Amino acid sequence: MFSNFAFHFGRYLELLGDAFSRPERLKIYWRETLRQMDDIGVGSLIIVAIIAIFMGAVAAVQFAYQLDGQLVPSYYIGYIVRDLAIIESAPTITCLVLAGKVGSNMASEIGGMRQKEHIDAMEIMGVNTAAFLILPKIIAAMVMIPLLVALAAGLAIIGGYLAVVIPETIPSSAYIKGLQSFFVPYNVFIMFVKAFIFAFLLTTISCYKGYYVEGGSVELGAASTQAVVVSDILILLADFLIAVVLTG
Amino acid sequence: MIRCENVKKSFGDTEVLKGITTEFEAGKCNLIIGLSGAGKTVMLKLLVGLMKQTSGTIMYDDVDFNSLSDEELRALRMKVGMLFQGSALFDSMTVEENILFPLELFTRKTKAEMLDRVNYVLERVNLEGANKKYPSEVSGGMQKRVGIARAIVLEPKYLFCDEPNSGLDPKTSMVIDELIQSITYDNNITTVINTHDMNSVMEIGDNINLLHHGTLVWRGNKSEVLTSNNEFLDNFIFASPFLQRLRNAALGRS
Repeated sequence: MFSNFAFHFGRYLELLGDAFSRPERLKIYWRETLRQMDDIGVGSLIIVAIIAIFMGAVAAVQFAYQLDGQLVPSYYIGYIVRDLAIIESAPTITCLVLAGKVGSNMASEIGGMRQKEHIDAMEIMGVNTAAFLILPKIIAAMVMIPLLVALAAGLAIIGGYLAVVIPETIPSSAYIKGLQSFFVPYNVFIMFVKAFIFAFLLTTISCYKGYYVEGGSVELGAASTQAVVVSDILILLADFLIAVVLTG
Repeated sequence: MIRCENVKKSFGDTEVLKGITTEFEAGKCNLIIGLSGAGKTVMLKLLVGLMKQTSGTIMYDDVDFNSLSDEELRALRMKVGMLFQGSALFDSMTVEENILFPLELFTRKTKAEMLDRVNYVLERVNLEGANKKYPSEVSGGMQKRVGIARAIVLEPKYLFCDEPNSGLDPKTSMVIDELIQSITYDNNITTVINTHDMNSVMEIGDNINLLHHGTLVWRGNKSEVLTSNNEFLDNFIFASPFLQRLRNAALGRS
C-alpha cells in the first residue's frame, strides 16, 4: 500500500513539474486559460449559487430553532451565519461540489484525450502536453474558484436573511446587526487560503487521474470517480490542517 | 533516413522486440508488416519516441534519438508528422483549427500565412473547402485525409502512419495510399507505415519489413514479394488459398 502511494505521489509531483515548465506559445495558453475560466467559473455559477443560498437558509433556520427560548440575542443568527459561511461552508462545501462537477469533467476530458490518442498526437508534434492540458486548468481554477467561493459566502448570507426575515422569525434589523457584529477580517483571509488550496488540489488531482488513465470506457469512468473521491478526501484533510494552522 | 540497430523492447519478462536491425529510407514508403502481436505497434511507438527501447539505438539520419535533450527532442519532433489509426483529430476543433494547431504553436507566421498554408495542405489532400467542418461531420476517409494534412503542415522530414487504411473501404484505402506515396516522393520524406493491408504492400511497398514474434524475418520491396520463398512471408501475405492461386497464376505456376 505504501509503495502504491509513493508511486502515485512521485508521479503526481513529476506531472506537476512538467505542467509548470515553460509554455511553447503564451498566446495559445492564454486562449485556453480563458476557455477554462469560462467553463469553471461561468459554467458553475448556477449550481454554486443554488447550493450557497440553501446552505445559508438552512443554517439560519436551524440556528433560529436552536436559539429559540435561550438567552442568546436573536441578532446572533446573522453573526453565526456570516462566520459559518465565510470560514467553513462557502469554501469547503463549494469546493466539494466543484470537485464533483469540475474535477470529474477535467478527468474525463483529459482521459478521453488520452484514449483517443490526442495526447500522443500532441506529444509527437512536440507539445509539452502536461503543460498545455493542465496549466491553463490550474490557473483558471485558482482564479475562478476563490471568486465562486466569495460569491457563495455572499449568497449564503443572503439566503440566511431570506429564510429568517421573510417569515418574521427575527426582524431584518436584527439580522443585519448580527452581520455587522464581531467581524474579523482575518476570517476572509482564511476563506481565500482555503479556496486557493482546495482549487489547486481538486484541479491537479483530477488532471492527474485523467492524464494517466489506461484501458477503455470503464477505466475512464473509474478514473473520473476516483478523481472526485480523492479530491474530496484531500479537501477535507486540508480543511482540517488549515483550521489547525490558521486558527489553532 | 532512420536506422535501427539491434533494437529490443521488453515489458516485464516479455520481450516484444528481439533485436531489430533495419533501415527506413528517405523518399520511400517503408512498410512494417506482420501478424497481430508481431510487435509492429511497439516498433512504431519506439520510432516516434512514445516508448523507449530497452536496448539498441534508433538514429534519425546521424542523430541518436534517445541521446537528445528535451529541447533537441522537441526540435526534432517538429520534423515529424504522424497519422494515427483513429486519426486523433481534436473533436472540439474544426478541420481548419486542427491543422492550424501545430502552426500556431511552433511557427511565427502571420494568421494570413498560416491560413494560406492550411488551404494549401487541404488542397493537397483534396479537401478544399472543408475548413469549417468538425471531424464528426466528415467521413472516415476524409478524417484520415485531414490527419495527413495536419501531419504534413509543418513540412516534416519523417512521416509515420499507423494503420492508415483501417476501417476504410478498398477504394478509399487506395486513395489514401496514393496520397501518402505522392507526398513521400514529392517531398523526399522518410515515411514509415504500419499496415495489415495487402494492397498497400503490393502498391506502395518500396521497403517492406516483415516482423514475426518480435523478430525481423524478411526485408525487401513489393516486386520481391511475389518471387520470395520466405516461409513467413508466404504464411502472412499469401495466407489465403485465393491469393496463393493468384500468385501461382502470375508466376505461371500450376
